[in-house]
Amino acid sequence: MKNHYDVLIVGGGPGGALAAKTVAENGLSVCIVEKRPAIGVPVRCAEGIGEDLLHEFLEVDPKWISAKMESAKIVSPDGSEIKLTPKMAGSEVGYVLDRKVFDRDLVRQAANAGAEVYVKARVSDAIIQDGIVKGARIEYMGDTADVTAEVVIAADGVESKFARWCGIDTTVPMREIETCAQYIMTDIDIDPHETVFYVGNNISPEGYAWIFPKGDRMANVGIGISGKMSGDGHRARDYLDKFVETTFPKGKKIELILGGVSTCRPLKCTVADGLIIIGDAARVSDPITGGGIYNAMYTGRLAGEVASECIKKKNCSRAALMKYDTMWRNSKMGRALERNYHLKELFITLDDKKLNAILNSVKSINMAKFNTMTLISELIKHNPKAMLIKELAALKKLID
Amino acid sequence: MIKIRREVCGYCGACVSVCPNGALELIDAFLTVDNDNCTNCGICAKICPLGALEIEDEKPL
Ligand SMILES: Cc1cc2nc3c(=O)[nH]c(=O)nc-3n(C[C@H](O)[C@H](O)[C@H](O)COP(=O)(O)OP(=O)(O)OC[C@H]3O[C@@H](n4cnc5c(N)ncnc54)[C@H](O)[C@@H]3O)c2cc1C
Repeated sequence: MKNHYDVLIVGGGPGGALAAKTVAENGLSVCIVEKRPAIGVPVRCAEGIGEDLLHEFLEVDPKWISAKMESAKIVSPDGSEIKLTPKMAGSEVGYVLDRKVFDRDLVRQAANAGAEVYVKARVSDAIIQDGIVKGARIEYMGDTADVTAEVVIAADGVESKFARWCGIDTTVPMREIETCAQYIMTDIDIDPHETVFYVGNNISPEGYAWIFPKGDRMANVGIGISGKMSGDGHRARDYLDKFVETTFPKGKKIELILGGVSTCRPLKCTVADGLIIIGDAARVSDPITGGGIYNAMYTGRLAGEVASECIKKKNCSRAALMKYDTMWRNSKMGRALERNYHLKELFITLDDKKLNAILNSVKSINMAKFNTMTLISELIKHNPKAMLIKELAALKKLID
Repeated sequence: MIKIRREVCGYCGACVSVCPNGALELIDAFLTVDNDNCTNCGICAKICPLGALEIEDEKPL
């Protein structure tokens, strides 16, 4: 490990990997520091990603893909089902990845492009001088090293400690953490090309349960609930066990996966002098779906581009790096985050009766015309007038 | 005081993200708490998907 790089990246997830690859391709020196001994392990993900979203970044390698999805199904609390085909469901249909393979391959690509990579190397603090982020303290093989950089990219995922050490509050509000538990199950009866979502306050309060196939008779079966709804005897794992008992009583669990996804708004500002924050660390996972792979890769690549440009121009101030913040907020992804935040604020107010009513009325709509907007207009139609006026107004504005 | 039940903890880091005081840290598969910074608010204990965190004396949320 050198003591200085153009760009130092904290975390080797999809966000960090894309950022590193981009910087390396710009001919600058870059280093990924990952605290785990193995990239992508343990997995903290249901591994779903839209087909077009993945193609936006990379040539898709078949070995990343566990299964290809051809449809999605939503099951309402009363048990009725809506089936969505790719055209209607948009990004909800696509691939179920094998993230152990995928994440490692993204880091391999970054390394092949010229990035240095250190695993089981943990960043333990930020180096700050005169209010400017100058680098990171790294614990590696029993030694402590101070490594400086022109720009540090915080890609440290949901924990998001690095930005915190830089004085930025990254705390996720209790009600806006989706606390999740998932099994990889095998020997279960499923449609191997269909993702299934279950909603309902008995199944997964302020969240949903999912079945994401990973091949014949095998799937990620998981559940996420709001932190607010969690407590002794009714934690994510309890809900999952209940769900699995009724849905796949004979299935076998071959892996237990846990994790938290933020459904809050993104950080107010995702840059500082010498610092860019990306992916889950920036709280850019989708508030409705909890999806964050694409958003991490998108912000990662953009951060790599903007950091490279700023370094070449010898100005890595907050004002210069702000281009990154402005660009992602105005992007399609940024606007979707804002819209889906309001959508989530509406969703969590719905009791099972309303969920049933909405899903049943969506069902009767001409499916060829189904899209997020249809869902939103149904939500608006069914929502009590007195409540959430602010949310509705904001949503309307976003649609217009 | 927060007590970490290591035999239960799945070291997923969800608790780290909600701690208002930055008192929790995940060191590989090893969750640690800095009890000097912990205010016993109980948020981590409440949201843990497995119930691996316990508040030792204070009232839970
Ligand atoms: C249960 C669950 C299901 C999900 N399902 C989906 C899904 O189906 N589709 C989807 O798109 N998204 C899903 N997500 C979200 C998705 O997993 C994340 O959004 C995505 O991994 C974010 O990528 P990232 O690069 O920002 O962070 P991560 O992938 O979390 O990577 C961060 C990396 O930083 C490392 N790190 C942290 N701190 C340090 C440190 N101090 N020093 C060195 N390294 C450090 C970590 O070890 C980690 O490897 C799910 C999440 C959960 C929890």
